[in-house]
Amino acid sequence: MTKTYAEINEKIAAGKAVVLTAEEVIDYVDRHGLDKAAQEVDVVTTATFGPMCSSGCFLNFGHSTPKMRISEAWIADVPAYCGIAAVDVYLGATELRQNDPANMYFPGEFRYGGGHVIEDLVAGKKLQLFGLSYGTDDYPRREIRTMFDINDLNQAIMTNPRNCYQNYNVAVNCSDKTIHTYLGILKPRMRNMTYCSAGQLAPLLNDPTYQTIGVGTSVWLAGARGIVYAQGTQHCSEVERGANEVPVEGAGTLGLSGDMKQMLPEFVRGASFKGYGCTLALGVGIPIPILNPEILKRTTVRDRDISACVIDYASDYPQKTGKVLARFNYEQLRSGQVELDGRKVAVSSISSYHKALKICNLLKAEIEDGSFLLSEPSQRLPLHQGMNSLEITGPNK
Amino acid sequence: MITKKVYLYFPKSETEKPIVCELIRNFDLTINIFRAKVTPEEEGYLSLEITGTEEHLEQAYEFLKGFDVVIHAGSKAVHWDSERCTHCGNCLTHCPTGALHLADQATRTVAFTEEKCIECLSCITNCPFGVCTSAF
Ligand code: SF4
Ligand code: SF4
Repeated sequence: MTKTYAEINEKIAAGKAVVLTAEEVIDYVDRHGLDKAAQEVDVVTTATFGPMCSSGCFLNFGHSTPKMRISEAWIADVPAYCGIAAVDVYLGATELRQNDPANMYFPGEFRYGGGHVIEDLVAGKKLQLFGLSYGTDDYPRREIRTMFDINDLNQAIMTNPRNCYQNYNVAVNCSDKTIHTYLGILKPRMRNMTYCSAGQLAPLLNDPTYQTIGVGTSVWLAGARGIVYAQGTQHCSEVERGANEVPVEGAGTLGLSGDMKQMLPEFVRGASFKGYGCTLALGVGIPIPILNPEILKRTTVRDRDISACVIDYASDYPQKTGKVLARFNYEQLRSGQVELDGRKVAVSSISSYHKALKICNLLKAEIEDGSFLLSEPSQRLPLHQGMNSLEITGPNK
Repeated sequence: MITKKVYLYFPKSETEKPIVCELIRNFDLTINIFRAKVTPEEEGYLSLEITGTEEHLEQAYEFLKGFDVVIHAGSKAVHWDSERCTHCGNCLTHCPTGALHLADQATRTVAFTEEKCIECLSCITNCPFGVCTSAF
């Protein structure tokens, strides 16, 4: 028994599609059996919400009079990249505000940066644009300072080179002093541990071999209708996988894009990691079409079937030794405490299961009411791809 | 006699008025100040315990409403903004008393029990989303 994208879309358009969240589908298949459930269920909704540093947006300001080819720009004092056309800029999530002391007085606070600007834009706030230029015959203006909000922009297109890591490291600190990382503050001698995955709800953990999620897949990007535009940077699918094909480390990633004017502020949130930097936390939902029983089976993955590697972020991670201290599954991690080397370690999360669940349900509602149709990918994501390291060559070696 | 904990926010315009003095003098209240920061010409905060008769307390609240003072019930200067919390749970291993805790395992909803908070401020350092703030 197989279905096509067109058949599922017809059912969605007719308001007759059977849609379950990645959490609901687990019990459903237990109760009805795989084959019967594969006939009945049309779509499973997956989601994640967490910091995604490789995020940002292209903004187009429109032209002032006289015109200006902006060559340097700051939005709310956060620098934006101007090496593209006249009034286009790219604002990255991890960009620090001008004059932020960073880690000069360690640990730095990084209270406001690119991710916060993006949050404020989506929330409709008025922000200041300050721009400079060298001036040309056709673009004579050399300086601009003005207030704007997202409605004044021609386009605000979020374009994220790497989102939705398939799985992720679990961080601990084996050293004698507190360390500050992008996985939060880690107390010395393994007193706490942090993970960052929606586990059984996460999109690429529900489609571990990229059978339905590929280039061209429609996604729910913070409430806007977005798209997978490319494999994400550092997409590295050739990794160790469990019997269920689920990778035990980072693995696949997605390049996502969507219209920021359609986004919901609740799911676009600037974040500050003390001693590390600032970023953007994002909510992403991806529908998985149940084309056949095998695809359905993958969506029934449970937290206890997904393992992640514990890495020492004080030494093994920065020094790239590849050493893994232990492996735990997400059921163990979510219990809030695990045992490592005979010690009880408190565990917390950086990613929000609560928000991921909310997104699964919001996307489910949109598909049920016929407003979100699925799209067939035009290209599969690579399944056997490794990752290069950066070799330092040349005279300074 | 009843006792209430309150937390008052004074905007710039109200910091030079002897409001607490008048509360004591006019309404016969016993006031125990836990924490305070009221600097003339800046905004300020007061965390108090007020004891008096129910009638006097009601009159005192009426009196306070005559100013631009914001009254929060509760005694703690630490504020957890439920609207902005993402329920990531990162603060849970940093809160020593369980004031921040999981209210619902299934939906992994985080909640704040003010009575348990000892104002160690650890959540303020650890929350990536600036959800926890302290007046002091
Ligand atoms: S760390 Fe902040 S956002 Fe996360 S659960 Fe705690 S208060 Fe909420
Ligand atoms: S101030 Fe300390 S005790 Fe109070 S909620 Fe924050 S971490 Fe917990």
